[in-house]
Amino acid sequence: MKYAGLLVMPAGFFLAIAALVLFPAPASRGAFVGCGLLVEALGLVVAVRGHMEARGESLQ
Amino acid sequence: MTPLVPVASGLSESTFALCLVLLVLAPLAIAGVALINTGLGRSRSAAQALLGSLVVVAVAVIVFALVGASLIGNLPGTPGGAGRIFQVAGKPWNWIGAGPFLLIGLGSAPLESQLALIFEFLAVALAALIPWGSGADRLKLTAGAAITAVLAAIAFPLIAHWTWTGGWLSQLGVNFSLGAGFLDPGGAASVHVLGGLSALAIAWIAGSRRGKFPKEGFSTAMPGHNAVYVLFGCLLALVGWLAFNLAGAILWIHAPLAMLPVTALNTILSASTAVAATFVVTRIRFGKPDASLCANGWLTGLVASSAAAATVTPIQSLLVGLVAGIATPLLVEVLELAVSVDDPSGALSVHAVGGLWGLIAAGIFTGQPGQFIAQLVGVAALLGLILPLVYLLFWVLNRWVPFRVDADGERIGMDLHELGGGAYPEFVIHRDDSYR
Repeated sequence: MKYAGLLVMPAGFFLAIAALVLFPAPASRGAFVGCGLLVEALGLVVAVRGHMEARGESLQ
Repeated sequence: MTPLVPVASGLSESTFALCLVLLVLAPLAIAGVALINTGLGRSRSAAQALLGSLVVVAVAVIVFALVGASLIGNLPGTPGGAGRIFQVAGKPWNWIGAGPFLLIGLGSAPLESQLALIFEFLAVALAALIPWGSGADRLKLTAGAAITAVLAAIAFPLIAHWTWTGGWLSQLGVNFSLGAGFLDPGGAASVHVLGGLSALAIAWIAGSRRGKFPKEGFSTAMPGHNAVYVLFGCLLALVGWLAFNLAGAILWIHAPLAMLPVTALNTILSASTAVAATFVVTRIRFGKPDASLCANGWLTGLVASSAAAATVTPIQSLLVGLVAGIATPLLVEVLELAVSVDDPSGALSVHAVGGLWGLIAAGIFTGQPGQFIAQLVGVAALLGLILPLVYLLFWVLNRWVPFRVDADGERIGMDLHELGGGAYPEFVIHRDDSYR
C-alpha cells in the first residue's frame, strides 16, 4: 500500500507538468495543476494508510 | 582601500560586503536547529544528538564540495546557472546543473557566484540537520552521516538547481509566463521542505522509538529533556533565519537594498505571530501554554517566512505567521495520534508543512499573474518527485547502512551505546516506564 501510494505521487507531478504544456489559458492550467496536486494528495494518503496498517500488523 | 579581488559581478561593493556578513551570521540557524533537536530528544541521547549535528554538518559540507556543488551548476561565471537542458514542447527544461567538480574555478568565479556557493553550503547543512532531529534516540551516527551524504550529493543539488540557479522551476516565468517563476529566496523548498520530507521518509523507514506506540491505548508522551536548549535555540535561529532570508533575497531575486528592512521585519513578524498563535492554541487546548509546541510554532513561522518574507507586505506576513502558528500544534497532535509518525523534533509539521504553506502564501500574496500557479507547480515537484525520490534513496541506503540502533542500544541510550559516556555524567538517569 505504502509503495503504491508513493508510486501514484509522481503521476500527479506529471499531470501538473502536462498542464503547463497543454493549457496556455490560466484558468484551465490552474485547474489541471490543482488536479495534479489532488492526485499527489491521494497518493500521500494511501502511503500514510499503508504505513499505519504495516505498523498495526507489526504490533500484533 | 584597494580590494584584493576586483568586484566583477552584478553586486555593488556595499551589497557584497553586506551579503558576506549575513552569510557569516547564517550558521546561527544551524546552531539553533541543532540545539532544538538536542533539547527535544532524551537526556540519554543528548551528546550523540549534538555530536551527530556536527557530523551531519561536516559530511554535508564535504560531500557538497565534492559532488553537490557541481550538480547545482553556479560555477564558474554562470550566475544564471549552467545546466543540462532537454526540449519538450519547444521549451527548454534545465533539470540539473553542470558545473565543474571539486570546486574547480572557484577563485576566478564572479563574487556573486562565490557568495551563492557559500549560501548553498550553509543551506545543505541546515537541510541535512532536519531529518537528523526526527530520527533522534534511534538513528545511528553512521546512518546520519550516510543520509546526509545522499542528501548533499543528490537531493539537495537537484531541488536547489531547479529553484535557485536557472533550473526549470525558476524559469517558469520566462517559459510559461508564470509570474517571476518559482519563488523561494530563503530556502523554504530547497532546505525546509526537502528536510521535512526526508524526515518523514526517515521516520517511516527507521520506525518509532520503542514504547512510543504501545499495542493498546494512546501513544506514550516522550517530552524533550531540556526546554532551555529548545527555547534558546529558537532565539539563535532567529538571527540565522534573518541572515538566510536577507542573503537569499539579495542572491536569488536580486532584491534592492531598500527591500531588505521589510524582508527582515517580515521574518520577525511571521515568527512572532506564529508563536503568539501557538501560545493561545495550546493555552486553550491544554489549559497551559506548551513550551515545546510554542518553540515549534516559532520555528514554523520562521520556515514559512523563508519563502514569503522577501515578497509580501508586513500585514500579509502577520497572516502567514498566524496560519503557521495555529496549524502547528494541531498538526503535531494529528501526526502523532492519528498518523502514528514518531517525529521527536516535529520536523514534518514545522519544516515540511510550514515550508509548503510559505511557498503557497508567497503565490497568494505576491499578486503577480501566474505566480500562484508557479508556486503550486513547485509544490507538486516537491511532493510528487522529491518525496518518492528521497524515500527510495533512503530505503536502499537502509539496506546497506542500517539506520536504526539495536534494541539494547536504544534501551541504554545513544550516548552510552555509541559514545561510551553520557552528556550529563553527574545526573541520575531515571528508568523509562515504557520498558517495564
